[in-house]
Amino acid sequence: MSATTSSVFKRILPQLIILAVVLALNVIVFPGFLNIEVHNGRIFGNLIDVLNRGAPVALLCIGMTLVIATRGIDLSVGAVMAIAGATAASLVSDGHHWTTSLLGALLVGSLCGLWNGFLVAVLRIQPIVATLVLMVAGRGIAQLITEGTILTFIDPGLIRLGAGTIIGIPTPILIWIALGAGAILAVRRTALGMLIEAIGINEASSRLAGINSRVLLICVYAMTGLCAALAGVIVAADIKGADANNAGLWLELDAILAVVIGGNSLLGGRFSILASLLGALIIQSVNSLILLSGMPPEFNLIIKSVLILCILVIQSPKVGHLIYMLRASSLHVPPPETPSRRVLTPKEDAQ
Amino acid sequence: MIRSTHLPLLVTLLTFVLAYALCAAQYPAMLSTRVVANLLTDNAFLGIVAVGMTFVILSGGIDLSVGSVIAFTGVFLAVVLRDTSIHPLTAFVLVLALTTAFGAAMGAVIHYLEMPPFIVTLAGMFFARGAAYVLSTDSVPIEHEFYDFLQSLYYKAPGGGRFRLIGAVMLLAFVAGGLVLHRTRLGQNVYALGGGVATARLMGVPLARTTVSIYAISGGLAGLAGIVFSLYTSAGYSLATVGVELDAIAAVVIGGTLLSGGYGFVAGTFFGILIMGLIQTYIVFDGTLSSWWTKIVIGALLFAFILLQKGLTWATTSRKRVRTGSATPS
Repeated sequence: MSATTSSVFKRILPQLIILAVVLALNVIVFPGFLNIEVHNGRIFGNLIDVLNRGAPVALLCIGMTLVIATRGIDLSVGAVMAIAGATAASLVSDGHHWTTSLLGALLVGSLCGLWNGFLVAVLRIQPIVATLVLMVAGRGIAQLITEGTILTFIDPGLIRLGAGTIIGIPTPILIWIALGAGAILAVRRTALGMLIEAIGINEASSRLAGINSRVLLICVYAMTGLCAALAGVIVAADIKGADANNAGLWLELDAILAVVIGGNSLLGGRFSILASLLGALIIQSVNSLILLSGMPPEFNLIIKSVLILCILVIQSPKVGHLIYMLRASSLHVPPPETPSRRVLTPKEDAQ
Repeated sequence: MIRSTHLPLLVTLLTFVLAYALCAAQYPAMLSTRVVANLLTDNAFLGIVAVGMTFVILSGGIDLSVGSVIAFTGVFLAVVLRDTSIHPLTAFVLVLALTTAFGAAMGAVIHYLEMPPFIVTLAGMFFARGAAYVLSTDSVPIEHEFYDFLQSLYYKAPGGGRFRLIGAVMLLAFVAGGLVLHRTRLGQNVYALGGGVATARLMGVPLARTTVSIYAISGGLAGLAGIVFSLYTSAGYSLATVGVELDAIAAVVIGGTLLSGGYGFVAGTFFGILIMGLIQTYIVFDGTLSSWWTKIVIGALLFAFILLQKGLTWATTSRKRVRTGSATPS
């Protein structure tokens, strides 16, 4: 038991260090960053804000981690968020109870995921292409539902999902932590996680080993759709309206980024949802850092892209190999273990 | 005999002709030279970018940065022409050099660090958009007599259609793109790379040079598209052309190019662009349809063409399997 705990800790250590550094920078530029206060039975603070504002990306990256672990990708999550938000808003403004509209939105999100899964698993279309269809058409569908307007609503039940609190803690935080914990338990306390990794490493051999990869793939995409729908409802509830054009715009890229920062390979295989969630928090902390440091917001994207590039270079298999070789030649000791993140290059493949 | 690799191109062509015929049957005015000329003018920047995207996709990659690069180019030109006395032509050369170098840098990162093009060009997309923001967050108008001169260049066809300079630039880009792909060593290398990196390497394709060139071409064409877009709108705005990369990818796929690389033609992309333009023109003519139908119809077309390609690959590989009698993995 303690062995698995320490291996999990070792796995998420780089993400924890990056997060700690970014948070420390936050504290430097804004000393009151860690203060947490309670007003009117609700906790406030910049740290809480990071957790709260990071909720959509955190929710998305739970599903995205699983999809990427199967060697896939889901570009449509942003569009699915818009569709789900539009569905919830239109149901609730038609006079339905907020639970009905939430369930309706989740159902629609799962259907979108099933469609993606069908294209990938049954029609065997590359994931990036298959999900591109819904990414392009999805915002059109969302606008069809909202009829081109920003559909606003005043239902307190639905609004509480995005802007309310439960025992003083903002609801989005509780939702993503609960879903994340549930997903981690589901994949690590059962064989599910191993089966998903098996598909990502080699789908043909996983099928030969008796894994029903088709059903599993469809389930993974449906799960991603469900996560996206939940994120979409939260975003819509937060602004008390469904904006088909801007809800979840480019969030699919943030989610993929969170997964990559979490150290998960885009080539599938081993994954860690916990590390991806930390990746989502890192992205949100960087956003908060840029905001708090008083830098002109125009620099946001440049800083973000430079940061991505740095993290990618560190994680690049070639650079990892280089560092490994340097270390090996300077120490003159037999290699303790092969680097786990190394991928066979085509050159070596051919030899 | 029709080769199966030409079939997607033919289907695209037929779709376009059929769609145009249907539109013309409903609205005879669609046949006027005005509509044809506007089809070329309005889609000029998208067409140019799609030529570059065809190169990238043929090689098995993807370039998400082009929309941001167009916006950057527009803002750069507007700011340079406002704040300095540089002649627009010099500014064009400058910005083309910048965007080509930017593309080449992304290509180098993709090749030398062995990172997926998707993520690298995603970072490039953020970077170019961010650079545009830094230059200016406002929409900057461009007022220069040279711009007025370029905009006044058009050929007035009988029927009132005005074939403008930027439409001609797009046609030129398509012709040049086709020549490079089909008549030069670089073009052959692009196809080889799309067929499989390992095979291309064994065949002696210079991988580094080809990859860098492909992304440089894409970046350079995105810069050209940015110049055309600034001529089209007479302004530079950092929030412009968001999501153009998706339209370009969609046009390439509708044009019959395989997204996994290796198969496809620039000519197909041209008709892909025209089909997308036609949908928008039809919606304008109809007047009752809302703009979001464009997205839905393009999504549906995308799906139809992907299915067609899937069917074709499946049909050809299964025939081969029967002929050779061995189950080759596809």
